[in-house]
Amino acid sequence: MSEIITPPKFEVAPTPPGFEGPGFFATTLDKAVGLARKNSLWPLPFATSCCGIEFMATMASHYDFARFGSERLSFSPRQADLLMVMGTIAKKMAPVLRQVYEQMAEPRWVLSVGACASSGGIFDTYSVLQGIDHIIPVDVYVPGCPPRPEQIIDGVLNIQKLVGEESLRRRNSPEYKQLLASYGIE
Amino acid sequence: MKTTFENTVPTPEKEYSILNLGPTHPATHGIFQNVLKMDGEIIVDAEPTIGYIHRAFEKLAEHKPFYQITPITDRMNYCSSPINNMGWHMTVEKLIGAELPKRVEYMRVIVMELARIADHIICNSVIGVDTGAMTGFLYVFQWREFIYEIYEELCGARLTTNVGRIGGFERDFSETAWRKIDHLLKELPAGLKEFENLLVRNRIFMDRTINCGPISAERALQYSFSGPNLRAAGVDYDVRVMNPYSSYQDFEFDIPVGTNGDTYDRFMVRQEEMWQSLSIIRQAIDKMNKLEDKKSFHADIPSFYLPPKEDVYNNMEALIYHFKIVMGETDVPKGEVYHCVEGGNGELGFYLISDGGRQPFRLHFRRPCYIYYQAYPEMIKGSFLSDAVLTMSSMNVIAGELDA
Amino acid sequence: MEKPTIENVLADLQQHFGSNILSLEQAYDFSVVHTTKENIVPILRYLHDHETFRFQYLTTACGLHFPDSTKPFGMMYQVHSLTTNLRLRFKAFTTANDLSFDTLTTVFPAANWMEREAFDFFGFQFKGHPNLKRILNVEDMDYHPLRKEYPIEDATRYDKDDTLFGRRPAGYDPKRLQS
Repeated sequence: MSEIITPPKFEVAPTPPGFEGPGFFATTLDKAVGLARKNSLWPLPFATSCCGIEFMATMASHYDFARFGSERLSFSPRQADLLMVMGTIAKKMAPVLRQVYEQMAEPRWVLSVGACASSGGIFDTYSVLQGIDHIIPVDVYVPGCPPRPEQIIDGVLNIQKLVGEESLRRRNSPEYKQLLASYGIE
Repeated sequence: MKTTFENTVPTPEKEYSILNLGPTHPATHGIFQNVLKMDGEIIVDAEPTIGYIHRAFEKLAEHKPFYQITPITDRMNYCSSPINNMGWHMTVEKLIGAELPKRVEYMRVIVMELARIADHIICNSVIGVDTGAMTGFLYVFQWREFIYEIYEELCGARLTTNVGRIGGFERDFSETAWRKIDHLLKELPAGLKEFENLLVRNRIFMDRTINCGPISAERALQYSFSGPNLRAAGVDYDVRVMNPYSSYQDFEFDIPVGTNGDTYDRFMVRQEEMWQSLSIIRQAIDKMNKLEDKKSFHADIPSFYLPPKEDVYNNMEALIYHFKIVMGETDVPKGEVYHCVEGGNGELGFYLISDGGRQPFRLHFRRPCYIYYQAYPEMIKGSFLSDAVLTMSSMNVIAGELDA
Repeated sequence: MEKPTIENVLADLQQHFGSNILSLEQAYDFSVVHTTKENIVPILRYLHDHETFRFQYLTTACGLHFPDSTKPFGMMYQVHSLTTNLRLRFKAFTTANDLSFDTLTTVFPAANWMEREAFDFFGFQFKGHPNLKRILNVEDMDYHPLRKEYPIEDATRYDKDDTLFGRRPAGYDPKRLQS
C-alpha cells in the first residue's frame, strides 16, 4: 500500500463551546452537566427476548458497550438513567414495564431497541403490545430484528446527543408535564 | 395475586415470608416470575408465572404460508435459531414427502451443530456469570461472535437466522464460509479449553454448583424432560440417536450423561456436548469431501423451492412455478405430521395439521423449555435463594421458547 | 424376547379396550388412535403401567379445533416409550358444550402445564387438575383465543387500517383513525 491512511480525528468527549483562559473554562451549566451526564449513563437493560441476546453481544468484548460510560448496568430502576427496552413487550408485561418506568427518577431516558419494542414487530397478535410508546414516552427508537450491535450503539449515541443538549429546565417545563400527562404518569 | 400453596402444611410456630422473584430480575434470563414462600433463606415452595412474552406463535402460524413460518420458529429458542429453522423445514418436507440429497443433509448437520455450540456457549457462560465469574462470559462470547460471522456468510443474519428453505438452502456455502468454519474448528478447541480451565475443576464453582437443584432420573422422566437437563439426570435420550433425521445415523458421537441431575452435571453435559458437536462438524466436512455430488444445495421439488431468478426471467416453466409458489397455488398434501429434532434444550417437536391450503390448519410446537420448567418448584424446594437462581440459569430456560 | 412393534401395541389395545377404540389411522409415520374422551386416561394409564410397552414419556398434548365437524373440539396426546422406541398418538373429540376431560396429571405429571395451555387456548376443563388457570395469556382474558372464530389481531386496536389489506375486523371503527 503506497498511501498512508490517517484515521479521522474523533473526539470522544468534545468540549462544549465556551470561554477558555489560563486555568479556567467557562460554559453554560447545562452544557457542562450534559457533558457529564451523557458520558456516564447507567442503563437498565430491560431485556425480554432476542434483542436481549444482541445486547449481551454488545456488552461483550467485541462491541464493548462499557466504553460509552455504561460500565455499571443497573437492574434497579431507582439507580438507572436509561431504560433500554429490548424485546417484545406483551400485554401481560406492560403494567410491569410501566411500573419500572415510574420508579425511575428524573432525568430518565427511554431507548426502544428492536422492532417489537418500537411497534410490535412481526407479532401483530392479540397478546403483544404494538409498541411501548403506547404506555411510556420513548426518546430513541432503534429498528431492526434484532438490530446489530452497531445499531444499538448508534441508538445509545443518539441518546447521548439528546442528553448533552438537554436544557436543565426541560423536566419542569409545561411541555414535558403535558407529555407525561398524556401517558397518565404524574 | 392468589397463590396456591396448598401442598405445604404450615407448622404453627413458623411464619413464612413471601418473596417475589419478579418478572424483571437480573438473575432471570428472560421474564418469568416466581413467587417464593420462604422460611428465612430456605425456599419452601414456589409458584411460577409465565406468559410475559406470549406472542401467540401457534395462532400466528395459522395465518402465514409455510415459508413465512420460518422467521417465527427463529424466535422460539433464539440462542440456537438454525436448529428451529431446520426442524420446521424437515417437518414440511416430511409432509410433502421430499427426499433430500446427502450433501444437503450434511450441510444441515453442520449448521445445526454450530447452533448447538452457540447455545451451549451462552448457557455455560451465563451459569458462570450467575456464580460470579464474569470472565468466562467475556472470553467465550468472542467465539459466539465468530459463529455469528459464519451465519452471516450463510444467510445474512446474526441471531434470528431464517436460514435454509423448504428443501435445502437458498445458496451454497461460499468459500468464505468454509474458510471461517475451518478457522473455528482450529481455534475453538483452545478457547473451550481456556473456559474449562476457569470453571470445571474450580473449587468455588464446584462447591457452588454440586447438589444445587438436583432432580432424579425418574422424576425427570415423569416431567418429560429432554435434552441436556435429562441427560444430566442420567437418561441417555437423544433424538439424534433415537429417531435420527438428516443423516445423523451416519455420524459417530457420544452422548454425555450425568449422574445427579444437579447444576454441575448440567454444566458438564453441555460442555462435553460442545466437544461432541465439534467432532460431528469435522466428520460432516470429511463426509462431504468424499461425496461425488459437490454442488447440490437443495432438493428437486419445484413446487416448493423457488427457482433461481435467472430462470424465472428467461424460462416460462420457472416463471409459472415461481408464481404458483408465491401465490400459494401449489398442491399441499392434506394430513398431519409430527417431526422432532434435538434442539439446544431437548426434543423440539412440530405437530402440523395441513388441510391442503396455503397455511397450516394447526401448528403446535412441542417446546422443551415449557415442559421441563414445570419441575422447577420441585427442584428448588429446600434450597437457598441463590441456588434457586443458579438452577434456573443452568436449566437454560429461554423465555421465547417458554411462552411462544 | 424380541422388541414389540407398533402392531403388537395396537392389537393389545384392541384386545383390552375393544369398542372404546373408535378408529385407527396411519398419519405418515405415526399410528393414531381415535377414542372417546372418557377413555383417554384409562388407556394411557394402561400403556404407562404395561411391563413390556412402557409408554412412560408424554411427548406432548395439545388442543384441536375443527369448526366444520360435528365434534369440533379435540385433544391430541402423544406418548413415547423410551425402552422400545415406539410412539403413539391419541385423539379424542367432543362437542362445544361438553369440554370437560379428565386430567392426565395423575399418570404423567408433565401434563400439568400442557392441560393448562389447552384450557387457556381452547377452553377445555380438566377435572381434577390441581391448578387450572390461564398460563400464557393475561388472567382476566374472557375468551379462548386459539379457537378459529377469533382473529389473530387484537380486536380493540385502532391504528391499523385493514381496508388496505382487504380485511375488516370485528369492532373496527374508521372514525377512530382520525382522532
